[in-house]
Amino acid sequence: MIEFRNVTKRYGAVTVLDDVSFTIKSGEFVVVIGPSGCGKTTTLRTINRLIEPKPGTVFIDGKDVTLQSGVELRRSIGYVIQQIGLFPNMTVEENIAVVPKLLKYPPEECRTIVHDLLALVNMPWDEYAHKYPNQLSGGQQQRIGVLRALAASPPIVLMDEPFGALDPVTREGLQEEVKRIQKKLKKTIVFVTHDMDEALRLADTIIFMDKGKILQMASPEEMLHKPADTLIKNFLGRHIEEETPSAPKRAEEFMKKRVYTVNENVKTLQSIERMRKREVNSLVVIDDEERYLGTVSIEEIKRRGKAGRAVSEYLNTDTLTVNRNSDAKEALDKLLASTENYVIVLNDDRSVAGIITRTSTAKALGEALWGEIEA
Amino acid sequence: MTELLHAMAEHLVIVTLSMAVASLIGVALGVLSYWWHRAGVVIIALAEIIQTIPSLALLALLMIIFGLGDVTLAVALILYAQLPIIRNTTTALNELDSHIIDAARGMGMSRAQRLLKVEIPLSIPMIFGGIKVALVNSLSIAVMGVLIGSGGLGYIVYRGIQQRNMGRILLGAIPVVCIALLFDYLMGKVEVRLSKHTS
Repeated sequence: MIEFRNVTKRYGAVTVLDDVSFTIKSGEFVVVIGPSGCGKTTTLRTINRLIEPKPGTVFIDGKDVTLQSGVELRRSIGYVIQQIGLFPNMTVEENIAVVPKLLKYPPEECRTIVHDLLALVNMPWDEYAHKYPNQLSGGQQQRIGVLRALAASPPIVLMDEPFGALDPVTREGLQEEVKRIQKKLKKTIVFVTHDMDEALRLADTIIFMDKGKILQMASPEEMLHKPADTLIKNFLGRHIEEETPSAPKRAEEFMKKRVYTVNENVKTLQSIERMRKREVNSLVVIDDEERYLGTVSIEEIKRRGKAGRAVSEYLNTDTLTVNRNSDAKEALDKLLASTENYVIVLNDDRSVAGIITRTSTAKALGEALWGEIEA
Repeated sequence: MTELLHAMAEHLVIVTLSMAVASLIGVALGVLSYWWHRAGVVIIALAEIIQTIPSLALLALLMIIFGLGDVTLAVALILYAQLPIIRNTTTALNELDSHIIDAARGMGMSRAQRLLKVEIPLSIPMIFGGIKVALVNSLSIAVMGVLIGSGGLGYIVYRGIQQRNMGRILLGAIPVVCIALLFDYLMGKVEVRLSKHTS
């Protein structure tokens, strides 16, 4: 258990931590998040006394941390940093065994620890133990960084943006590994990040900080449902939207509103002229009350059409239609079955509301996922 | 020929022993300057002042204290070696990646453990570079040792001057140059090897 009681930290006139109090339960995965300069790293470094808590007190398992020497304290707390900080002069094995050696574990025990830990992250001992850090990839180096923190089985591990410098794929892999290891070894982990994805993925509890104060301390679910501050809401951003998905459900949400219509009494030549101007090859035919009658295509008029006749004589009534309030799925099924690649959407009074094409469908789905799209 | 070999051996022994002592003192002072910045400013200023004293004058001054002989020469060489060794040591330590130091602190290393396990090992190539410069300088300065009754290749050069014998002067001078070049080359090689696992 880690407890902060009224911890304040000032550098000159700048207050980095402003009367911070909170309690972290044993075995909890706590992510501290906030904008840069919010005091999250300072909070972390106060736990192992890389920064002295003054005024205020930090307790670990009920014991004031300042009662123990900083050096001793830090040996009992794991520490991982963004810049990894492996010792370049030591092999992988020596790096992992740093703290056990400081604690004067016998050499055989150190070797067993290194063996077991490398196995935990699927890095075979034979292949990796004797490599130097500069012979490893970034992801591998940070794996070793994590193992080094775990080597002396500390009950608490502090991680300061440990995966911030890694590419997204490697980062995700390591996040999973850390979560798995934490559950397996039942560690208390305090993890600093500025990445909300990471926080939501890993945390049992999220502490959101700003300007040296805690704005909210809650489970990821609670924070998503009841963010205590607009800043938190901004940080959560798209995650809040994901909570209330607004996928389009009705046919009208998929349609394009601009439809080129023609009155049934218009003559063939005129309608061909209109199609040319609009660059389309068919028009929707309506009666004098603007009710839908059917469609007329340029091919049909060219094949059978005679000058001076009304378009109603060449009407195609097989075109598929749907009501604007009908289920979107029905409309899409019809669209896929349609030979003309479109479905006409009608209002309740059978006037034309719009048209569903493959393009309009794609646009509607795209907007549902990512917001307004230029088309 | 035996005279030459004898002189060379003498020369090398004085220089290498002096440099061994100079390295210990120089690295210690370098670490002190790293740990305690204020002291560092004074230490480096003193080393710089020593560096500017002409070797003849310094030898004369030391002779008053230590008398004639090898010890006086050795003390002079040790003094002259301080600046490159101290400066390289503090520079190397100050330029270490701060995150590595942070990690070392975070692991629970004491200041001494950090120094011995991490900071010095990572600074070795640059410290060694400082020792190389000091050693190569010392090889030529040691020639002056003949004036205060010390041996080495300086003796052969000095005799050549007295006899106005150009051949003898060169017989003493050329080995000094050759040894210096050889040390420079070999120690440069070692320096590269040492740098292999420091980044």
